[in-house]
Amino acid sequence: MTEITLTIDDQSITVSQGTTILRAAQQLGYAIPTICYHSHFTAPSLCRICVVEVEKSRVLVQACSRAAENGMVVRTNSPRVQLARKLILEMLHSAVDLSAAPEIRAYASQYGADPDRYGENIERREIPLYDDNPFYLREYSKCIMCWRCIQACGEDVQWTFAIHRADRSFETHVATFEHVPIPESTCVYCGNCVQACPTGALMPKRAAWMEQGLDLKQLARVSNLDRREQR
Amino acid sequence: MLSQAKAVTTTCPFCGVGCRLEFYGKGNQISHVTTPYDDPVSRGNLCVKGRYGWDFVYHPDRVITPLIRKTPQSPRRRTRAKREDWREASWDEALELVTHRFAGVIEKYGPDATAVFCCAKATNEDNYALQKLFRAVIGTNNIDHCTRLCHASSVVALQMAVGTSAMSNTASEIYDCDVAIVTGSNTAESHPIIALQFKDAIKHRSTQLIVADPRRVEMVNYAALWLQQRPGTDVPLFSAMANVIIQENLYNKKFVADRTENFETFAKAMEDFTPEMAERITGVPAEKIIRAARMYATAKNGAIYWALGIPEHTHGTENALSLVHLALLTGHVGRSGTGLNPLRGQNNVQGASDAGAMPWHYPGYQPSDDPKVVEKFRARWGRTPPVGRGLTTTEIANAWGTGGVKAQYVMGENPLMSEPNLRHAHHAIEHLEFLVCQDIFINETGRYADVILPSASFAEKDGTFTNTDRRVQRVHKLFEPIGQARADWEIVSQIAVRLEKKLGHENTAYWGYEHPSEIWDEMRQLVPAFAGITYERLETERLQWPVPSIDHPGTPFLFAETFPRGRGKFFPLVYQKSAEEPDAEYPFALTTGRVLYHWHGGTLTRHSNLDFAAPEAFVEINPADAPRVPCEYGSPVRVSSRRGSVVLRAHVTEKAAPGIVFVPFHYAEAAANTLTIDAVDPQAKIPEYKVCAVKIEPATLQELLDAEPLGAQIN
Repeated sequence: MTEITLTIDDQSITVSQGTTILRAAQQLGYAIPTICYHSHFTAPSLCRICVVEVEKSRVLVQACSRAAENGMVVRTNSPRVQLARKLILEMLHSAVDLSAAPEIRAYASQYGADPDRYGENIERREIPLYDDNPFYLREYSKCIMCWRCIQACGEDVQWTFAIHRADRSFETHVATFEHVPIPESTCVYCGNCVQACPTGALMPKRAAWMEQGLDLKQLARVSNLDRREQR
Repeated sequence: MLSQAKAVTTTCPFCGVGCRLEFYGKGNQISHVTTPYDDPVSRGNLCVKGRYGWDFVYHPDRVITPLIRKTPQSPRRRTRAKREDWREASWDEALELVTHRFAGVIEKYGPDATAVFCCAKATNEDNYALQKLFRAVIGTNNIDHCTRLCHASSVVALQMAVGTSAMSNTASEIYDCDVAIVTGSNTAESHPIIALQFKDAIKHRSTQLIVADPRRVEMVNYAALWLQQRPGTDVPLFSAMANVIIQENLYNKKFVADRTENFETFAKAMEDFTPEMAERITGVPAEKIIRAARMYATAKNGAIYWALGIPEHTHGTENALSLVHLALLTGHVGRSGTGLNPLRGQNNVQGASDAGAMPWHYPGYQPSDDPKVVEKFRARWGRTPPVGRGLTTTEIANAWGTGGVKAQYVMGENPLMSEPNLRHAHHAIEHLEFLVCQDIFINETGRYADVILPSASFAEKDGTFTNTDRRVQRVHKLFEPIGQARADWEIVSQIAVRLEKKLGHENTAYWGYEHPSEIWDEMRQLVPAFAGITYERLETERLQWPVPSIDHPGTPFLFAETFPRGRGKFFPLVYQKSAEEPDAEYPFALTTGRVLYHWHGGTLTRHSNLDFAAPEAFVEINPADAPRVPCEYGSPVRVSSRRGSVVLRAHVTEKAAPGIVFVPFHYAEAAANTLTIDAVDPQAKIPEYKVCAVKIEPATLQELLDAEPLGAQIN
């Protein structure tokens, strides 16, 4: 396998061809922030939080999917990179409920992002809670469109294709085909999307109820377990 | 105790894949489950059962105190208990009653009048303790469990041909495999996580899949080739492939010469199985059989995976042998990505078999008729264990009716859902003098018991499960047992101590276990394959037996150099028909199996939210057959065989082949095994669950709503 050498933050590293900038930086011990990227799934290069500055490149490049090149000179934390990350985090905060996304909120304080920068009069993504199946809740006002769930449902894991991206632009959101309830979709309830969700937009029902402080008896009632009489 | 900060890891209690589960929650309340992305088994993915199916633990119907029948039961007048027929008892009273009644039967009729069903859902330690109770204290080999009903004939075939009885390779080696034959397995529903790895290997690598199955199961969507044989025609199908491989000179001559025996006789017998002859019997075009044979034989690494569609026949042993032959012919064994891989069903069916829950094997498949083995166990247990063969599950159920077995111990199993020809089994169980069930719910069998001993669920105990690829994995206690429930090994040990005293051989075998690790240590001293596996190692390692010494890394695949029996052996085969074939009166062939959302007899999953995803029994019928009933999707229909009938909904679907219908066996109110035939494979004693003849008639909605479990109408 061909090996290439690049420089990341003034350190030289040799990696095999095809290695992403992110992987190369990780080998050097640099922590590049990621949100949509997950090592288990195809990198969708959507959130841009992992952008880095590459010499001779006009725009910032996404570290998660861009392959390292021979002679590349990369800066993972330059002022331009920091500003971009701050802006991304502020825009996410302006539109999405990130109350169940501790990692993203930690990034916000790390990069000095002001969650209220765009004020209260800005349009937010407000989509009603879907409680349509026995196992998990879908609360897309918490969704940052990272696509992990769609990939888990599709070609990265399950090959079920129960969900996809609906609508366009700001209105884009995750949905079942024709917006049918989950039980009418092809969903097999594997929950691999739920495990992959970084913002709590997908939540196992029991976890959501326990967060609301329900006790054992109430849990049995809401989970339908005590409705089924012994035959 | 659970927390949100740090997960408690354990092993999934459902199927044989054995995914690692990480439980989060608070105190004894589970909130959610994840699985590590670096887990070698799950690879970060779960199915619905592992992800959400554990809520049965909290079901209000859990038995949490010992229960005794208010009215004492007597043989032939044993009844099916309703809720109000039980009274709560103390552990002391319940254990004393079990001990007293078992001692009575042993003294009056001898130890062989007792029998035990061990449990493929319980831990290795639970099963070891239970078989030890019956061998070392009571003195009978009437010990078996549901392996008899699933892979018994695979085990017999593998023992005959290669000398072992487990999956030879690791499931995830599919990534190293070029051509995989998957047969008799609805992998996507029954082993969902292995199916995900198949899909991944097929779509993202170059693995090619040959599916041989009468049903259009999900894996057919991913197959390069689908052989849709008629149920019960596996021997001609795979033997015709062998015929092609021999005729076209595609077999591995070096391997056949160096590592096998009896090839000449076998090759002669295979001459009859031309692809054309096989086409007539199996319905699979000869051209497809030839293509499949060439694909498998010329692959760099070819593997065979099979599940219960192969063994559950009156000729199940021959079916499995016909697969073993393909591997022996081509030398597709002993390397990563090859092998003979019976996918085991239960989370611990491999482990329960390993632990000696078998009528002719002590722990570790050590034969119960070998004087050296008997002496080895005598030295450890202090009493000579019973020599020779005990009764199998199917024979035990028959012996209830004939009076051969008077007292029955059932740990965690549900024979009155899982035995074939259930009506017969229901009548037979009424003849028992004493029945004790140890379970977390009162299931169909428990309703006939004298005593219910409440056991701890998987979440409430420590131990080990052994998954389908021989991987011994830890089960960690998540929280203390609910109510007065106790771990199975604890209950068994307490009965053993009392029974030894009552039978007058106090303090013979050791029963002072305080933790399952002590039971494991006893087992690994007796079973060479486990010698190197310790609880300490299992905290950080995922060991696959055999692990002969403490520094041995485990064995991902078997047969690299040699077979346990020396040379692999070919057996000449002939085609035998199934015991019952469709005729004018019963025109459909019925095959049974599972759905994704349920587990076997339903004891667990029908007490879980999973039941809301699949609440109703159904029969799958091909659109071409529907007008013959007549029925539409969702119509109530009555499915009848010569042995009984059930009412359920019709699912008109292409998944079923013309003339072949499918009923899942999870639903007590429409128990598929009311229909199935109790003919068994003569060598393995496994019943023919996969073929019988049925007729289908329209039923009314009222009949569907009134459907009740067998026996419920009588009370």
